[in-house]
Amino acid sequence: MSGQIAPPVLRTVGLTKAFGGLIAVKSVDFEVPAGSITSLIGPNGAGKTTLFNVVAGLYEPTEGHIEFLGNRVIAAPERGWLEPLLWILPPFATWALTYVVASMGGSDNLVQVLILLGLGLLITTLITAVIRPAWYGKFLTRLGIFKTARPNDMVTAGLGRTFQNIRLFANMTALENVLVGMHSRLKASPLDALLRTRQQVLEEATSAAEGRRLLGFVGLVGRDGELARNLPYGDQRRLEIARALATRPKLLLLDEPTAGMNPSETAAMMTLFGRIKTELGLPILLIEHDMRVVMGISDGITVIDHGEKIAEGTPAEVRANSRVIEAYLGKGAV
Amino acid sequence: MSIVTALLPFIILLPPFSGFGNQTDFVDGFAQAGVWVLLAVGLNVVVGLAGLLDLGYAAFFAIGAYTYAYGASPFSHNHIPFWPMLLIGAAVAAIFGLLLGAPTLRLRGDYLAIVTLGFGEIVPVVFNNSDKYTNGTNGITALYQPAIPGLFPNGFGFGNPVPYYITVAAIIAVAMILLYRLQDSRLGRAWMAVREDELAAASMGINTVTTKLLAFAIGASTSGLAGVYLSSKLAIVSPTQFGFTVSFTVLAMVVLGGMGNIWGVAVGAFVIYELQSQGLKQLNNFFASSGFPAIHLGFINIDFSTINFLNYQYLLYGLALVAMMLLRPEGLFPSRRRKAELHDVDDAGAANQELVEA
Repeated sequence: MSGQIAPPVLRTVGLTKAFGGLIAVKSVDFEVPAGSITSLIGPNGAGKTTLFNVVAGLYEPTEGHIEFLGNRVIAAPERGWLEPLLWILPPFATWALTYVVASMGGSDNLVQVLILLGLGLLITTLITAVIRPAWYGKFLTRLGIFKTARPNDMVTAGLGRTFQNIRLFANMTALENVLVGMHSRLKASPLDALLRTRQQVLEEATSAAEGRRLLGFVGLVGRDGELARNLPYGDQRRLEIARALATRPKLLLLDEPTAGMNPSETAAMMTLFGRIKTELGLPILLIEHDMRVVMGISDGITVIDHGEKIAEGTPAEVRANSRVIEAYLGKGAV
Repeated sequence: MSIVTALLPFIILLPPFSGFGNQTDFVDGFAQAGVWVLLAVGLNVVVGLAGLLDLGYAAFFAIGAYTYAYGASPFSHNHIPFWPMLLIGAAVAAIFGLLLGAPTLRLRGDYLAIVTLGFGEIVPVVFNNSDKYTNGTNGITALYQPAIPGLFPNGFGFGNPVPYYITVAAIIAVAMILLYRLQDSRLGRAWMAVREDELAAASMGINTVTTKLLAFAIGASTSGLAGVYLSSKLAIVSPTQFGFTVSFTVLAMVVLGGMGNIWGVAVGAFVIYELQSQGLKQLNNFFASSGFPAIHLGFINIDFSTINFLNYQYLLYGLALVAMMLLRPEGLFPSRRRKAELHDVDDAGAANQELVEA
C-alpha cells in the first residue's frame, strides 16, 4: 500500500429504500474501501439484500445516493418531468419550421419531406429514450436531469454480482453463460455479425478463450460445454462467480455465495475469494450468514438490523459490539 | 452449417424436376410454401430465441405486402422495381416492429401475447377502413410483377412459377444464413439470456430493451420480406389475407417444427404447408377414386369419397398440436438445447455430449 489512502470504490450516503410504508433500508452510510473484502451481515430480514439490489440498480432509492468509483450513479431521479419535453422538442420544432416554410410558399415536396422528417425525429427520440444508451444518460445529466442507473448501466460502470438463489441461464452451456457476462465489453454490432467481419470472428475467438480461462480460474476446467442446469450445486455457484468476473468488474457483489454448502466446499470457496482479492486485486462486497466465512476473510464488517446500520469495524470489533450481540441473540444475551 | 444452408435451394429443387405429378402445380406449391418458411423462420427469432410470445405476427406480413402494393401498383401510381422493394418492405416492417416493441417491452408472457394479438387485429382493420389509401375490402390489385432486365423484362408472368420459386429459395437461403450468424453472435446469446432469465441478463450488462427491440425488428423484417414476395406473386393484396389464422398457423409451424432451431422451423413449416395444401388434396383424390366403402353407424353415414379434407385443416392442426405436446413437446426437429430442456437428465447428458462435439 502506498502512503495515501485510495478513495472508496463504493460509498452510500444516507441511503433509504421504502416499499410503501415499510422502510427496508433506513439512511445507511457505508463504504467499500479499495482492495478489500467488506461484509454486510445482519439477521434475516434486516434489509441486506434490498441494500444490495439498490446498489446493483434493481431498485430506485427513496432517498440518498450511491457513489461508485467517485461518480454519483444511483439516486432518486431528479427533474424527470423535463425529459418528455426533450422528446417532443425536435419534432415540434421541425413542424413549426414546416408551417413557416408552407406559409412562405415553399414547394410542396419540401413541406412533405419536413413533415416526414418530424415524424422520423419523434420516433427516433422516443426509441432512444426507451433504449437509453449511455450517451443519452450523460446528455440528460448535463442538462440537470438525473436518471438513476439501471442494472446494465451498473455492469458497464464496473459492478459484477451474483444472486442469493442461483440465477444462471439454465439452458445455456457454462461457456455461454460466461460469454453473456462479457456481453457489455464486446464491441461487435449485429451488423458485424451479419457480415461476419474479421473483427467479429476474432472477438468471438478471443472471448471464448478468455471464457475458458475464467472457468479454469474458478475451478471448472473442461466443463465449458455442460449445460448450466446439469452442473452440481457447488459448481453452479462457481459458474455464477465466473460469469460475474467476466464482466471485468471493479467491485464484486456476492450474495450469500456459500449458502447450502458443506464445510469443505465452504473452505474451497473462501480460498477462491482470497484469490480474487490477491490475484485480481478485486474488492468484494459480501453478504453472508456463515460467521466462519465472514470472520475469516473480511477486512471490514458492516452490521445492519431493521434496515439501520448498527455497527461497523474490523471482525474483532464487531464480534465484541454489544448491539450486534443483542441483534443476533436478544437482549438477555448481552 | 451455412454450407448446408447455401445448398438448401438445390435440395428443394430436386423433387419438382424429378418428373412426377404435374410439375407446375408442385413448383407453384413450393413457391407458396416459401412464404410460410420465411414467416416461420422470422417468428422463430421472436418466440424461439428471445422468448417473446407474439400472436400478431401477421401484422408485419400485411405491412410488408401493403408496402409493395404502395410501391408498385397502378393504384398508387408508383412503380419501384421488386428488388429494392424487398429491402424497403423489410425496413418498413422492421420500423413497425420497433414501434410495437417499444411500448410493450415491460410486458411479459401472456400480457405481451394479448397486446400483440390486438396489434395483429388492428392492422388489417386499419387497411380495411382506410379506403382512400388502400382501396378497402377490395384490396389493391394488378400489382407489378418482379422483372429481371434481359431475362424477364415484362415480369415473371402467371403461367410459370419457376422464377418465383427460385426467387423465394434465394431469399430463404440468404435469410437463414444471416439468422444463423445472428444466433451464433453476441446478440444471439443475449436473446437466449433474456429468454432464460431477464433479470439476470440485465444484471450481466445486457440492455434488455435493445435486445428485445432487435428481436422484434428482425422478426418483423423477415415477415416483411415474405409480405413483399407474396403480394408480388399473387399481384393482389387485401385485408382478408392477413387475419389471425395466419399468425396462429405460423406459430403452430414454429412449435411443431421445433422452437429455437432455425432449420427445424424451416423444414417444419415446409412440411406442414405441403401437407395441408398438397397432402389433403391428394387425400381427396385418393378417396374419390378408390371406391372406399361408406361407413354406416345407425343414422351416421360417413362416405369418405364425398368428404373435402381441405375443410378439416384446422381440426388436423389441433390434433397434431395435441399429439406433439404429448409425444414430442420439443417439436419435430428440436434444437439440442430444447431437447435437453424437455427430457430427462439421462437424455440431457447425451445432448450435452453432442453440444460439446458440435
